[in-house]
Amino acid sequence: MRRSMLFMPGNNAGMLLNADILGADAVILDLEDAVSPAEKDAARILVRNAIKTLHYQCQVCVRINSIDTEFWKRDLEEILPLQPDLIMPPKISSAQDVLTVDAYMTELEQKLGLEAGKAKLIPLIETALGVENAFAIAGSCPRVTAMLLGGEDLTADLQCKRTKEGQEIFYSRSRIVVAARAAGVDCYDTPFTDVNDDEGLRKDAAFAKALGFTGKSAISPRHVADINAAFSPTMADIEYAEEVMETIRLAKEQGKGVVSLRGKMIDAPIVTRARQVLEMAEAMGVRIHE
Amino acid sequence: MSPDMKITKAAAAGTMESSDVYVEIQPAGQISVQIESVVFQQFGRQIDQAVRQVLEEHGVTGASVSLNDKGAVECVIRARVETALKRAEGGEN
Repeated sequence: MRRSMLFMPGNNAGMLLNADILGADAVILDLEDAVSPAEKDAARILVRNAIKTLHYQCQVCVRINSIDTEFWKRDLEEILPLQPDLIMPPKISSAQDVLTVDAYMTELEQKLGLEAGKAKLIPLIETALGVENAFAIAGSCPRVTAMLLGGEDLTADLQCKRTKEGQEIFYSRSRIVVAARAAGVDCYDTPFTDVNDDEGLRKDAAFAKALGFTGKSAISPRHVADINAAFSPTMADIEYAEEVMETIRLAKEQGKGVVSLRGKMIDAPIVTRARQVLEMAEAMGVRIHE
Repeated sequence: MSPDMKITKAAAAGTMESSDVYVEIQPAGQISVQIESVVFQQFGRQIDQAVRQVLEEHGVTGASVSLNDKGAVECVIRARVETALKRAEGGEN
């Protein structure tokens, strides 16, 4: 279960120490934008030691530097031996970009005797070309388990202003969701960048959930709880899902082909959604009635 | 890990922020470690041991190391010493 993915600067010792007590389902330890070029060496050694020693309870993702820099291979050489759950390559614009990263990961796995394909990829889509190629990126290799939309760089590339309302990234958000779902991978929304607007965050997260995103990234620990809440089923959702499953079970017992619940016909998509809700509830530790 | 690393120039790594440590390294004929720490009374010996271990792992036989520790845990101390060593060798980045 990954609802929230929290970015943490890779060269900040104090924040790395506290990374997994902030409630996020995954932390993204950042070697890219949050680290100045002069400190890239320090950050990758610090992140390596943190993963090795601190035994994070949440999922660990490391954002490496982009493949057009001199840093990304060094990042992988240092980090991959620790077998983090996820590697996030930024500025991915094509399937070939993913394959370039995948090939070097595979080379390192063979060289170091690591389990092949264990570390998965979450390409960061933050260019117009990346949005256009989202479906090809999502299906480019078995390592890709999700995509994350980066709204800030994307709007710079689209040559438009990034607003709190987000009209300018509406198409890109929808495109990423459709591409990810069509390819059978998860999708994560861009962070909400105003750390002082809790109501704005809740609206933004609810909108992302409504579009079909699996979860949302965050740049502030303050945003984690609201994101988790937005992407979790409510007790009413869970109770309804249980009723749906019980209605279906009874219908089967009685040999009925068509059944209704609360005045609405229960068809296959409703059952699928009910199953998804109950799976999520179980992952959250909510006790489901037998 | 490079065996027998030779320290050729002065270098530093880390920060003075809370939970971090600022490490300075200079070329020297033998190993010396100086520690200033907010938790020296409780952890001075462990910090000294961690620094010497990193030096040994890198085959360093001559270096003057000084630390200004702001309550860093061992994995942070080891990371900052390793970074400073690699910078002092002129290797990393």
